[in-house]
This record gives sequence, C-alpha cells and structure tokens, in this order.
Amino acid sequence: MTEVATARKTLLEATDLRVEFPSRGRRAKAVDGVNIAVGEGEIVALVGESGCGKTTLARTLLGLERPTAGRVMYGGAPLSYTSRALKAYRREVQLVLQDPTGSLNPRHTVYEAVAEGPRIHGLPDEERIVAEALSHAGLRPAERYFLRYPHELSGGQRQRVVIAGALALQPRILVADEPVASLDASVRGEILALLLRLREELGLAALVVTHDLGLAWNIADRVAVMYLGRIVESGPVEQVLKEPRHPYTQALLSVLPESPERVVLAGEPPDPTRVPGGCRFHPRCQVLASGLADEADVGHRCRDEALAVLPAVPDAQAACHYANR
Amino acid sequence: MTAIAWTRRRRALGRFWEQYSRQRAGVVGAVILVVAVVVALATPLVSDPDIMDVTKATGEKMAPPSLEFPLGTDESGRSILGMIMWGSRVSLLIGFMSALLSMVIGTVVGIAAGHFRGWVSAVLMRITDWFLVLPSLVLALVLSAILGGGTSTIILAIGITSWAGTARLIRAQTLAVEARPYIERSKALGAGHWHIMSRHVLPNVAPLVLANTTLQVASAIVAESTLAFLGADSGQASWGGLLRGSYDWGAATKGAWWYILPPGVCIVAVVLAFTLVGRALEAVLNPRLRGNA
Amino acid sequence: MTLLELHDVSVTYRIAAGEVPAVRNVDLALAAGEALGIAGESGSGKSTLAMALLRLLPRGARVDGRILLDGEDVLTMKWGRLRAVRWASASIVFQGAQHALNPVRRIGDQIAEPLLVHGLAKNPGKRVAELLGQVGLPAWRARSYPHELSGGQRQRVMIAMALACEPRLIIADEPTTALDVMVQAQVLSLIKKLMAEHGISMIMISHDLSVLADMCDRLAVMYAGRLVEVGPSREVFHDAKHPYSRALAAAFPTVGDPASRMAPRGLGGDPPDPMALPTGCPFHPRCPVALPECSSAAVELWPAGPGRTAACVHVLEDPPAAAVPDEARVAVDKEAS
Repeated sequence: MTEVATARKTLLEATDLRVEFPSRGRRAKAVDGVNIAVGEGEIVALVGESGCGKTTLARTLLGLERPTAGRVMYGGAPLSYTSRALKAYRREVQLVLQDPTGSLNPRHTVYEAVAEGPRIHGLPDEERIVAEALSHAGLRPAERYFLRYPHELSGGQRQRVVIAGALALQPRILVADEPVASLDASVRGEILALLLRLREELGLAALVVTHDLGLAWNIADRVAVMYLGRIVESGPVEQVLKEPRHPYTQALLSVLPESPERVVLAGEPPDPTRVPGGCRFHPRCQVLASGLADEADVGHRCRDEALAVLPAVPDAQAACHYANR
Repeated sequence: MTAIAWTRRRRALGRFWEQYSRQRAGVVGAVILVVAVVVALATPLVSDPDIMDVTKATGEKMAPPSLEFPLGTDESGRSILGMIMWGSRVSLLIGFMSALLSMVIGTVVGIAAGHFRGWVSAVLMRITDWFLVLPSLVLALVLSAILGGGTSTIILAIGITSWAGTARLIRAQTLAVEARPYIERSKALGAGHWHIMSRHVLPNVAPLVLANTTLQVASAIVAESTLAFLGADSGQASWGGLLRGSYDWGAATKGAWWYILPPGVCIVAVVLAFTLVGRALEAVLNPRLRGNA
Repeated sequence: MTLLELHDVSVTYRIAAGEVPAVRNVDLALAAGEALGIAGESGSGKSTLAMALLRLLPRGARVDGRILLDGEDVLTMKWGRLRAVRWASASIVFQGAQHALNPVRRIGDQIAEPLLVHGLAKNPGKRVAELLGQVGLPAWRARSYPHELSGGQRQRVMIAMALACEPRLIIADEPTTALDVMVQAQVLSLIKKLMAEHGISMIMISHDLSVLADMCDRLAVMYAGRLVEVGPSREVFHDAKHPYSRALAAAFPTVGDPASRMAPRGLGGDPPDPMALPTGCPFHPRCPVALPECSSAAVELWPAGPGRTAACVHVLEDPPAAAVPDEARVAVDKEAS
C-alpha cells in the first residue's frame, strides 16, 4: 500500500489503526480503523467534530498514544515504542498544540521554551539553533525575543514560539492540532501562511487537525474527513470540498456561513462507546432520512451493512453506500 | 545575556518584596523571626555555656526576676533568661532541620506520586496514607526511644512523621501541572521523566513548597516542645525542656510564673511568626490567592 | 423605534500602572427587533462594551457617556431598577456555558431562579418545560445536572435562561466559540428562530465576521476601543470600506473561492497597547493601504455610503481609489477611457 499511498513519497502513515480506551465501564473506540498517509512536503487536513477521534489519531501518530491494533509507519518502517526509538522519532515528527498560552511554561522565557528540544536531545550550538528557529517562525530579530516571557507576547507570537520550539529539532513533519482555533481572526491567516512558507522553505510536511473546513481550503493539499473514529471521505482538497460525496462532508460544508442551503444535522456528536451498526453515520444521515437512499435501493445496506475501511490512497473516495452505488 | 537574566531576576525579587511588604502580618512575623534567629546566633557571643551547668549555678533557687536575673532562676538557681537564649538555638535548629527533612521527603514522594501513574503512584500514596493516619507523636516518641537521645534523633523523629500531609499537597499540585498542555508539548519534544519533573513540575510546585516549609517549621517547633515535655528531649536545654522542668518542679503551684511564662511565650511567638510568614508567602506566591487577597 | 442608544460611551479601567481606555467614544443605536453584530479581535473592547451595557463591569472600570435602554439611562439607574432591567428587558448569554452554570444545581432550578426572584411565574415548572421546549430540549432535562449535558445542550440551557423573563434584548458574547461546527450551526439557527418568533433584538459579539454577517442586520467593527466601521452586515462583509474590516472578512475564507486557495490572508502586526495608541489613525501601523498623512491626521466615522460609516481617510476620496482592489481600479480606469 505504501507505494501507491500518495503521489509524493510517503513519510508518515497509519495502517488500519485502532485506539480504544476504557470509558465508564465500556470500550470507547476513539480511532476505529484508519488508514492515512502524509507524503513528503505535503499538507494534509484531518477534519472532524470534537469526539470524532481526530486528536487521538494525531497523538497516536506522534507516538504519544499506543495503538490497540494496526501500526504507525515512518519513512517506511514501523514505529518502535522503545524510549530510545521514540526519542529519535521526536526529531522527525513534531507537535503544535491548539492553545499556545497553555503550551508554554509561564516560568520559561522564549529562549528556554525554544531551547527545550535541543537541550533534551543534546544538540550542539544551541543559541544558533534557537535564533534560526525563531526567525523561521517569523520572530525577527530573534535576539529581541530571547528573554521575553509568554505573558509579554500576543497570542499569535506565542503560537510562533511554539512552532519555533518544534522547528528547533528540524523535523520533517509537523502535527498541528487546531493550530489557529484559539487565535484571533486577524492572526489566523498569518499562522496558516507561516505553515505554507515553512513547507516552501524547509520542505516541512504537516498534518493539520481541525474542525475548520476553511482552514483546509486555505492551506491543505489533501483532506480527510473523520466521523466517529473512521475516515469517511478523503482526497484532494479541491475535489472533496467542491464536490463532496459523503453526506456528512456535505452537511459540514452546508453549515458554513456563506453556503446557500443548510443541512443542520440534528442531535449530538455520537458516542464512541456505542458505534451504530451498518454505516456509522446512518442515524444522522440526511440522505437516508430524506428517503433518497431507499429510493436508490441502498437504504437497507446503510442500516445493516458495515463499510470497509478506506485505504490510504491519494484519489477522492467516500465511505458511503449511497455515493458508491 | 546572563547579565540581563540577572537583572530580570533581581527585578522579580524586588516585585516579590514589594508584594510581601503589603502583607502586614507577614512583615510582623518576619521581624519576630529575624529577632529570634539573631538571638540564637548571637547567644554564644554574649553568654557562657557554663550558665547551663547545674553545678556552676550562681543564683538562688527559684528566685523571682531581679536585676541580676531578669527572668528569675530555676530550681537549680540557673538564669531563666540564659536558658531561654541557649534553648532558642536547640528549638530553632530542630524546627528548621526537621521541617527541611519533612519537606524533602514530602516533595519527592509527592512529585513522584503525581508524575508516575499506575502502581508507583498507588504504592506511594498508600505509604503516605499510612503515615498520615499514624499517631505521629507516639511514633516519634517510640523512634526517639529506639534511636537513643540526641538532637539528630529528634530531628529524624519529627521529620519522618510529618511529611505525609506535604506529600498529598504536592501530589495534588503536580497533577494540576501535569495536566497543562506544555507538559504534552515537552513530551512531544522528547522529554523524559526526569526532565519533566525537574524542569516543569518542580519549579511550579516550589513556591508551594517554600510556603509550606515555613508552616512546617512552626509545627516542628511545637512537636519538639511536646516531645521534650513528654520526656523525649535531645539532652540539651530547649524551650520545651524548660517547660518540662517547670512542670516537674511544680512551678505553677508554687506561683513561679517566671519559670512557665517565658518559654511558653517564646514558643507561641515563634510558632505564630512562622505561621504568619508562611501565610504571607502563600498569598504572595500563589496567584490564585493573590486575586482575592 | 429605537430600543438602545449609546451616546459617546467610553470605558476606562483603572489599574496600578494608570488608566487603560478600553472603549472610546462609541455612538450606536439599535432598533427594536434588530440584530447588531460587534466584531473585533481580542482587546478591541467589544466584550467590555457589551458588559458596560448592563453595568456588569468590575469595580475598577469607569463608564462615561449615556446608555439609553428604552430612553432610560442605564448608567444612572438605581440598583433595584437595574436588577429588574437585567432580567426583564435585557439579558446576556456568555461564551463558555460550562462555567456559567452552577454544577451542583439542577438545570430546571437554575432556569426557574429569575422567575421566582421576580415573581414572574405562577407555575415555574410548567414555564421551565416550555422554555426547554423552545430551545429544543426535552422537559425531563430540567432534572439533569450541567455535567450530564453536552456543550451544545448547555449553551441551549443558557439561552433558555436568557429567555426566561421574556427580554426584549439579548446580548450574546461569542455564544458559539467553544462549540463544534455542527452544534454551532444548531445553536445559531435556534437563536435566529427565537429572535424572529419573539421579536427580540440582539447584540452579538464575535471575532468571526462571517458568522456575524450571517446572523445580524448591521455590523459594527471595533479596533482599539473605537468603532471603525458601521453598516449593513452583508455590505460590510463583502465590500468593507475600512482596511481592518476587510482583513477580518478575509480571515475566514469562503470554501471554493479560488482567491483564497493556498492563500490564507491575515493581518500583520499586533493590536496596539491601549495605553499607548499610535498617533493619527490607530490602525495605520498595520494598514496595508496607509497614506503618509494617516500617522498624524485624526480619523472619525465618516459617511461611506447609504447607512454606512467608516473611520478611514480613503472614504473621503472621490472616487475611492486606493481603497478598492487593483482589478477593480483597472476596471474603473477602462470605463473612464
């Protein structure tokens, strides 16, 4: 599967990944069979609502969580969970979290925050690394920021410091979990532009976890839409977001402020301890509810027949009986 | 760069002092403490240890305060004032050292129990609970009886019976720090247990440790006095030892108030001072308390 | 009919370092049944302004000017009257509903509280069930505790509480920020429906101009404590006259719009320190179309079309050359020749 996974050479990949947690006496299937691949220098957006398992998937790809089944592959080799191997892995795959304020220790200066990674890994010439990382992240002249504390910076600057801290290890891919969700509208574009620039300058790939389809449109090459532990639709951004095939993607797009016709799904995001049978989206599916699926004679399959896990291919695909009829 | 870092640190210290000086009770406590420590340190310069020797006592037995003996004399004719000054050295030393010991144990156990999940945490917390419910005074008495007399025994006895509360407090704070996103970020950067505990958790629980140590000194002094009163003393005159002497000789029934009151007042004053300083430190260093102070 | 009028409202916070002007000389009016959106980034003063409307600011804050609710000045009201106004005339829905609800009391009791305090309902249980129904929750939810509800459901409860005393004005401060897209859509369409059904006016505060444009009739954009643009929301969103409004509008792209594909747009620089505002137009250091005089000449809200005002010197030019995008200018030039 690795050879055909993306047009670019595959860098980070998950194959048939499952992550389960005990939750109130039941098993929560946070990630319930996912294939996903990020190529070299590629930006992939992983889109979904809270509770769909996107953050768990991201943490598992980072090796912060161990999969129940399936595996994470980096550069073609399966990820090893010995502490030595994980430490080496950290220099390749780095994390950017949602809340830059919480991601920085309030007692550490900008210099200390960015130097943390190089110090852990005992990299030589720490000051040069920190200065370079800060200026790559757009904080120039870097020296002016060395001794500042996080509370003396704006939200956007803090997120740049977090990104600089990740860049200091010279990773080849960033996993960013809602990198702009807690930032002001005006700063949002700046941080997203920074991710694009880093890809251009450093060839840095990124997996951006978000609930925001506009973000995917802004910076991603490919998008994967996740629902209840599975990827339900994936493919090139232009194709998936302009001609969504899965009813869930269609609904997500329809509630964006500018869209002409709204499909507001009723009910709450579903519970990963009770995954419905058949298509996991069928209880909320507007196509099934409207009777269209039954007209096309796939309604019974939606209710009863589980869908196969989507492979990690670059082409557009949807896990939907109706769309694939 | 280090020069700027130092300027910043000095400025932070200045800010700390500015906020501390606004805590009036804390300032009063600090003044009492400074006086007590100066007295304890200066005693060998102004007073001869011989005055503690029963055989070399010069005064009349159980004499009320006079010019020669401003706080009167004890049953052997020794100066109460002199005994209190020499006793302050023992009381403060035991107070400080045992508080330090208790804080080190409490902090290490607390951070470890908060950082490591699973069985390590469970075992550490059961041990902590065990020490928490144990009647610590009885344990200290037994320990000092087994280990034999001496200042270090008393320090050890008080230290290892009083850390459990601290450990619980530090563990709670550690759990709060560990839940912060910067710990997750640090892990993703490749940090190991030691790095996270020493670089992130310890600096964040340090203010709490400092404030708590101060409070701990106060209770250690009380514990020492109690132990001395119950007979488990270090062999050297301490404030608690003086109180025991006054009790043994029936000072209360004989109306010898000068034998009871001075050591009692000293204990109360120093304990109160440590408590005031501890509370003030807590208020200054804990931002959550600072808001509504 | 005008429901709410703001005349020259300023809010100043007193802190140890001096006075921080958070809101400066704001004039606004809200008609009955109208929805007004206030947009701006954090620190722009939009939330401070909203809190000032019901005198909910902390003690260190001073409010100047006049805030007339039904012609009555909120700032000079007695406490008893103010309390009545806070529930009966205007109520506020905060962001972060998880913290605004008391975790140890049942939902129903919390909704019924204002009804009992103001003696408004003979049968509070029935009214609570009715309110829950209006926000799309089953009546048995009255017996639930906040932790048993999801984020969206808690926000619905907050809306039910705001509706309890049938106010004529609802102030919604980032009501959906913490919610998921789908839940956000549910809550927003609920607010829209209730407003229409009950003829309630609304002031909605957000940094997301696209949401405000969707929900509100008019938009007011704030920067550094001042209004920089006011006008009908669709027009402000699609054809902003002030470069700051334009930047806010461009921040959330339209999916499918080729102009924003692989081209996220933001605004360089940081919001100014309210204690040391730049001279002239406070926006000039970050402004992509600033002119030399912007650093010294004072700006005010100038007329910028029917029902619109904007605090930018470009609206004074005729035709507004620098304020329009390049392609548009080329088009204008061609027509002229």
